[in-house]
Amino acid sequence: MAATLLEVHGLRKSFGGFTALNGVTLQVRAGERFGLIGPNGSGKTTLINCVSGSLHADGGRILFEGTDITTLPAHRRTQLGIARSFQIPKPFTSMTVIENLGIPLEYTRRARSRDGGAAEAAEILRVIGLEAKAHVRPASLTQIEMRKLELARAMAARPKLLICDEAMAGLSSGEVDDILTILFRLNEGGITIIMIEHIMRAVMRFSERIVVLDAGERIAEGPPDDIVRNPAVEKAYLGE
Amino acid sequence: MARTVRAVLVGLAVVAAGIALATLRVNPYLYFAGYVILQYVVIATAWNILGGYAGYVNFGTPAFFALGAYTAVFLIQSTQAPLPVLILAGGLVSALLGLGIGYLTLRLRGVFFSIATLALSIVLQTMIMNWQYVGGSRGMSVLRPSGPPFGSYVTFLFTVMVALAVVAVIVARFIERSWIGRGLAALRDNEEAAECMGVPTLRLKLFATTISGCLLGVAGAPFPYYVTFVEPNSAFNLDYAVNALAMPMIGGTTSWVGPVIGAVLLGAAQQLATVTISSEMNLFIVGVVLVAFVVLAPEGILGLVRRLRGR
Repeated sequence: MAATLLEVHGLRKSFGGFTALNGVTLQVRAGERFGLIGPNGSGKTTLINCVSGSLHADGGRILFEGTDITTLPAHRRTQLGIARSFQIPKPFTSMTVIENLGIPLEYTRRARSRDGGAAEAAEILRVIGLEAKAHVRPASLTQIEMRKLELARAMAARPKLLICDEAMAGLSSGEVDDILTILFRLNEGGITIIMIEHIMRAVMRFSERIVVLDAGERIAEGPPDDIVRNPAVEKAYLGE
Repeated sequence: MARTVRAVLVGLAVVAAGIALATLRVNPYLYFAGYVILQYVVIATAWNILGGYAGYVNFGTPAFFALGAYTAVFLIQSTQAPLPVLILAGGLVSALLGLGIGYLTLRLRGVFFSIATLALSIVLQTMIMNWQYVGGSRGMSVLRPSGPPFGSYVTFLFTVMVALAVVAVIVARFIERSWIGRGLAALRDNEEAAECMGVPTLRLKLFATTISGCLLGVAGAPFPYYVTFVEPNSAFNLDYAVNALAMPMIGGTTSWVGPVIGAVLLGAAQQLATVTISSEMNLFIVGVVLVAFVVLAPEGILGLVRRLRGR
């Protein structure tokens, strides 16, 4: 059994009177394909925001490779090896696609190289399948290309853990397969992946293990086959 | 590295040209007007480091400028300090104010940051108005030191401002082309994404506000010797806020050239209007030109040139 990469202990987060996370605990193992699902408003994105550092948790602890990162700012966590893509793509609009990749390349490495990591950026674009668009601005990308840019930019941070927040929302089924292929390939390259997704077909196919959140609490955990048969999950999604 | 050396050499050449110009002793008014235009080159360039590169629109330019000027007044009043000391001190004090403003960006973004900087200017002006040692609301006369190097003191100040403008532009150009400038551009485009891509956004913002504040203070430090009578309403003039924003917008905010072009064009037009039409025409010109640019060429003259070249 592989070592634990990410540990979340009793994480709590409230927005005013609304409790988004109520003591969530989970572990992600190194090299794992991990699925995080739950109905709308169940706290998936809040959890991810707390792990990536966009939000600070009210309570609980987050450990990455055994180091407590609960209070670290987001950029430090990225430098340690946690990268994420955003649910709504947030490209750097004034830069070309390849320049977008230049930012994480430049800021996550200790020594800054002269070419700004151009060769590495080109290689990532090739893997993701975006090399034809290297020198255009994000504004002229299609929806799937925008998603690929999100993934490519996260990859440029050279993560150990990649968090994909609904990377496939709004894509056609062919495009979903396209993204899945990329994610499988990245995982084979040794990157641990947390997938947050509403497209069940994709999460079930992709994940080795799934955690289900509902109303800020963990209601189920297990391999995909168990999750689909779990009555609690069914109840959370469909009601009684 | 070679490009930086070349930039410094060009800068030195400009300073030499400024000194040569000062020894020409043409109509003294030209030095007078030239000083104001160069002062705006510094102000617009400084503003653009924060407003253009980082995307934080500062309406508090008068606060930083006047703080530089009043630091100088205080030092003249207390120790008769020489001009280089005044410039360094003015820059330092305004840099500290910039650092303070930088921490505001933790909570305030977009228009709220701008409002806070505007408020800062008003608060600071009120404080100065009630500080009798530097003249209070009545203002204070400042005696220029005797024996300037080039003829009159104004021609001397003109050459000083040439040097300051060169320094400001070199600093801005360096920031723009370094990893700092690329990080600032990333956080301007999307702060959350930049932070998640490893950019230390807070540190970069603090850097930008501090450098920008410092250069604005530097621009204000020779001001007391230039006008010889300093009072809060002229030092905290809203014109500085409007011009600091309008000049980079008109020139183009993405490159160091933009603010320089904007400051020279708009500054010269204002000086011309002051002599030929009336001193009240200043802001009117700025207003009309700014509206025209925002509507017709939102990326300024640089954007316009780029678009024309592209087709």
